[in-house]
Amino acid sequence: MSSVNTEIEENINLPEAKVESPWKDAWRRLKKNKMAMIGLVIMVAVVIVAVFAPFIAPHDPFYSPVMEDGRTELSLIGPTWNYPFGTDRLGRDLFSRVVYGTRISLMVGIITQMIALSIGIPLGALAGYYGGWVDEIISYLINVFLAFPFILFAIAIMSVFQDPGIDKVFIALGIISWPGLARIVRGQVMALKEEEYIEAAKSLGANDARIIFLHVIPNCLAPIIVTVTLGVAGAILAEAGLSFLGLGAQPPTPSWGLMLSTGRAYLRSNPYMMWFPGLAIMITILGLNLFGDGLRDVLDPKMKD
Amino acid sequence: MSEKILEVNNLKTHFFINKGVVKAVDGVSFSINKGETLGIVGESGSGKSVTSSSVMRLIPTPPGKIVDGEILFKGENILNKSMDEFRKIRGNEIAMIFQEPMTSLNPVYTIGDQIAEAIQLHQGLDKKEALKKAVGMLEKVGIPAPEDRVHEHPHQLSGGMRQRVMIAMALSCNPELLIADEPTTALDVTIQAQILELMRELRDEFNTAIMLITHDLGVIAEVADKVAVMYGGRVVEQTDVKTLFKNPKHPYTAGLINSIPTLEGDSGRLEPIEGNVPDPFSFPEGCKFANRCPFATDECMTKEPQLEKAEKGHDVRCHRWENLDLKK
Repeated sequence: MSSVNTEIEENINLPEAKVESPWKDAWRRLKKNKMAMIGLVIMVAVVIVAVFAPFIAPHDPFYSPVMEDGRTELSLIGPTWNYPFGTDRLGRDLFSRVVYGTRISLMVGIITQMIALSIGIPLGALAGYYGGWVDEIISYLINVFLAFPFILFAIAIMSVFQDPGIDKVFIALGIISWPGLARIVRGQVMALKEEEYIEAAKSLGANDARIIFLHVIPNCLAPIIVTVTLGVAGAILAEAGLSFLGLGAQPPTPSWGLMLSTGRAYLRSNPYMMWFPGLAIMITILGLNLFGDGLRDVLDPKMKD
Repeated sequence: MSEKILEVNNLKTHFFINKGVVKAVDGVSFSINKGETLGIVGESGSGKSVTSSSVMRLIPTPPGKIVDGEILFKGENILNKSMDEFRKIRGNEIAMIFQEPMTSLNPVYTIGDQIAEAIQLHQGLDKKEALKKAVGMLEKVGIPAPEDRVHEHPHQLSGGMRQRVMIAMALSCNPELLIADEPTTALDVTIQAQILELMRELRDEFNTAIMLITHDLGVIAEVADKVAVMYGGRVVEQTDVKTLFKNPKHPYTAGLINSIPTLEGDSGRLEPIEGNVPDPFSFPEGCKFANRCPFATDECMTKEPQLEKAEKGHDVRCHRWENLDLKK
């Protein structure tokens, strides 16, 4: 056997230097994509703002001098050094509220996507792996869910709850977000289950659960990551929409959508009340979408250069 | 008489698809003894891969179904076992290596993880011990620097190395039967020779029985003890490897042997077998090989021959074997 070894040793050293792990390779190509990197910088900034909100916000976002001390001179002042985004009618600092609003928006994005993942991945994987009647039932369900317009469906679910609130928004948006994810996972699993390494895993004696969760799903992480990134953006927008309509976060929660809604009454006299929450939404969504698109370009094997 | 590890009796695996029934394997019987290598040869579409998948119970159902026959592994019919029971045998006592080393390893795991998985599944070792054993297996299959290689991903290895990893995986639980489905087809000739040498060494070391599926008679000549030649879902000739090459009795076997290039050949032309394997939906009524057979008679066209005993340990499925002299 030793002679065999020496022969093969010469063969193997060649390709080694060039090869890198697929994730490293993806990162290298992502770095070249300017738009994606802008998106990434925005996302990191948004996350930093959310995490360090108490240190960044100069005022308590809930403190209303009008209601508590009767100091009405602090209500509705335009942007100044002390109140960079101005104050609302209750005298609350809008900058601090926008900063804390980052937390609400990110929470909405992450929690709804977690709900969507925990429903969408198992259902999509079952449908794709087993096919047949299992697939028919799950696909039917997916199609029914996808048949409703997103925001109308969200309104319908929110109206079921007696008292709307941000926690109900998580549930409603989670319920609406899973079908898209499930459909993507289903397609991926269908393609991947025909791979030889899946047959090889079977031949080693692995059972179905092990094959689905340890062999198939790790191989479709790339499209899942892309979908979830774009899904976070969708959820943030939907929450803003619901809160704007009064069906989402309730006062005094510092939700961007809710702030837009309150600001609407002052659109002529104090337009800055809508500028800043609106800008915050726009920048966050822009960042997520730029990054998500970049990821898609990098992770989609068909788009490789 | 040594112990029979695997005995397949009258196996029929059919595929039920919209166009009709494909009788991919139709009444195949053979047996393998401990430490013995059985080669199964045939063209594409002869049913050899379906036979091996049937033994592993990897036939996609539907559309495939084992409609008849029994597969006795150490005397027990594995077709009667539940899937949960069979999973304890699969990968543990019967293991398989696949044709495509490039795609048979999961790209997201290191090769160590993948070898360790089989060990963990069947031997109840923890991850650390399993990995240690994986390093030992890699060393056995001749992978240099196994302590480093064990942490590498499949894309970092060449085809020959990956096939070694597959073999390490398959042998990690010391199976009594190894099914190798065209293990060298995707490799170039020098690597092929190394892999065959490796399989031979490991067979001698572990006394593993091997069922070797191939279309390459050269591979058969190198490693097999016994050979079953398949055509149209049936065994047409079955004997030990020496007799097969020296004294083939079935015209198909003779045709296969004649289509191998030799160094001494003076004609300069190969003699291919004319035509192709018939469409599985319209197998001829009589002998399935009759339409390509140079010796076919009217009887061959209408009546299917049975597998007959030509000599001791030499079975042939041909009406005319007694009248033909196919020796070279």
